[in-house]
Amino acid sequence: MTNALYRNARLIDPAAGTETLGWLRIEGGLIAEMGEGPRAGGIDCGGLCLAPGIVDIGVKVGEPGERHKESFRTAGAAAAAGGVTTIVTRPDTTTPIDTPEVLEFVKKRGQESAPVHFRPMAALTKDRAGREMTEIGFLRDAGAVAFTDGDHVVTDTKVLSRCMTYARSLGALIVGHPQDPGLSHGAAVTSGKFASLRGLPSVTPMAERIGLERDLALVEMTGVAYHADQITTAAALPALARAKALGLNVTAGISIHHLTLNELDVADYRTFFKVKPPLRSEDDRMAMVEAVRDGLIDIICSMHTPQDEESKRLPFEAAASGAVGLETLLPAALRLYHAGHLTLPELFRAISLNPARRFGVPGGDLRVGAPADVVLFNPDTPIVLDRFTLRSKSKNTPFDGQRMQGRVEKTLVGGVIAYERSKS
Amino acid sequence: MSFRQKHLLGIEQLAPDEIHTLLDLADQYAEMERGASKHGTALQGLTQINMFFEASTRTQASFEIAGKRLGADVMNMAMQASSLKKGETLIDTALTLNAMHPDLLVVRHPHSGAVELLAQKVNCAVLNAGDGRHEHPTQALLDALTIRRAKGRLHRLNIAICGDIAHSRVARSNILLLGKLENRIRLIGPPTLMPSGVSDWGVEVYDDMAQGLADCDVVMMLRLQKERMDGAFIPSEREYYHRFGLDAEKLSNAKPDAIVMHPGPMNRGVEIDGTLADDINRSVIQEQVEMGVAVRMAAMDLLARNLRAARTPKGVMV
Repeated sequence: MTNALYRNARLIDPAAGTETLGWLRIEGGLIAEMGEGPRAGGIDCGGLCLAPGIVDIGVKVGEPGERHKESFRTAGAAAAAGGVTTIVTRPDTTTPIDTPEVLEFVKKRGQESAPVHFRPMAALTKDRAGREMTEIGFLRDAGAVAFTDGDHVVTDTKVLSRCMTYARSLGALIVGHPQDPGLSHGAAVTSGKFASLRGLPSVTPMAERIGLERDLALVEMTGVAYHADQITTAAALPALARAKALGLNVTAGISIHHLTLNELDVADYRTFFKVKPPLRSEDDRMAMVEAVRDGLIDIICSMHTPQDEESKRLPFEAAASGAVGLETLLPAALRLYHAGHLTLPELFRAISLNPARRFGVPGGDLRVGAPADVVLFNPDTPIVLDRFTLRSKSKNTPFDGQRMQGRVEKTLVGGVIAYERSKS
Repeated sequence: MSFRQKHLLGIEQLAPDEIHTLLDLADQYAEMERGASKHGTALQGLTQINMFFEASTRTQASFEIAGKRLGADVMNMAMQASSLKKGETLIDTALTLNAMHPDLLVVRHPHSGAVELLAQKVNCAVLNAGDGRHEHPTQALLDALTIRRAKGRLHRLNIAICGDIAHSRVARSNILLLGKLENRIRLIGPPTLMPSGVSDWGVEVYDDMAQGLADCDVVMMLRLQKERMDGAFIPSEREYYHRFGLDAEKLSNAKPDAIVMHPGPMNRGVEIDGTLADDINRSVIQEQVEMGVAVRMAAMDLLARNLRAARTPKGVMV
């Protein structure tokens, strides 16, 4: 069903920064017509929100290597149920995605199993070891939308500067993980009173600033397009603001967990709250919310990182990092809307429009002629999250048992229904 | 007067009245130990398993003697040698042990929070014998008992804790306990060995021994934990000893009747002068070891009482 009319919907347009009650007609997988006010026929949305689908950057799928944690099929189902219409995957798989051959395999797997758009990122250096650059040109031709070693920081500055110089000549985007690895080695939480009382190895928030300052100096030197995957501390913001003021080709992201949770949520060593970088202080969290509102931080993502029970049911220090987030990104992000920090167009600018534009992937727009990648949701429906209802193979969400607001009713990808909530 | 805990996981969970209940009972056991018959019956019929995932001689021996003196069947498991090497997870180990129906489980583990994790999976009383850099509650309790016996009280004392605070679970438990009982706590050591966020702890922080020790009633030295250090913390042991090692001269800044404590094992000539450690007029280090057994007897006795009460069906006369 690629032709349909949706009426009586709150149309969220992040590009224009508006929300209007109106209607939207889909034809041939594209948005054919839009208008304000009432209209007869079609599907009555009952005043629910219709927004461009979420574009989630940095999703980890366990293929190749760890399919027991997440496959393209389960990640795709989770994405569709979460209102995500495009996922951009990470290359930090077991056998990293660092050759065109592995990339072809992943693309094939993704295209045949995922009901949403999927675009891969590739490794920046071979084996993510930080010594030799990957075949950036071939990988780009094969469809890699960006290059990153994930949380493996390229410590050799000469290697990184060469990667950047080479990537610049191809117009390729590099995604960095701003962190000083010397300071963050072995850390499980952010340093401070809580870390010390719990006796956990910790990292100073300054490690992020040091990593970012170094990367930005190299960006200034090479002129490459650079995206910082997660900026989570107030101490790093001035460097980011300065780089943007200088006109460097720089953007920054943050995970939804760092915007809605803080270090104290770890409480009695709850390993589902162990993420990378670790959760920060409440002051930092609030500074980040403000930075998103001001547009200093461009992109909110889920940093979807599936982990099985075995790797989480360990003492905190030994437990694996990461949290799943594809299905909880929207209700968690709506906390920022309900708290009055962001309007819905501002929110969708950060979870849909900006990531689509920055990574050159489908989605982000609610305008005539754009592909009909949209999500219909009720921002107010109260839910209590039960992690065992998640479609991800791994159930490691920090929101288990929490009260949230917001439920996806329908997700369309190219006008085709990728998810529709069963009305039972 | 009561003790309401199911486990002894840390000082954090204890209320002041529970601390005094435990110390009062430990005082009685300390007298019993000095008497003719050292044996009680409080743990008769119960099984105590000591699981040490980290090497220990003193604490393990102390728990073993405490259990045996009160009639428990005690078994020691050297965990670093066995299942860990075979790749078994902590939770599987806990479930395996749980199937053997122990009553008291004494656990030491190199990871903070591991004992708590284990306690969630078993249905017996769990005692934390030290987890990572987090807590070592029986050490803090034995230190408290030693202070109370030497000073006649356990409040409004000036207490200095000196040395490697950052890596020390003993320091954390002591700060919590002595703070709950309203003592004035000073931490003295090089800033590289102070934990982050220490300024929010409600303690005074010094990096000079003479200033920090001024007017102190109690001087607690900590062992320099070389095995937990993963980088440059101090330039050398001799410089550390010169600036932070306790000797008679530095001690002269404290009150004339100040006592000297150390949780052991000591690095003589690194954090403490050997002669001072052996000075029976100032050092209570041997008494600390003695009180260790008494405190562990009291802790296991109280937990066993709660365990038996919980296992007795309600409404049945016994």
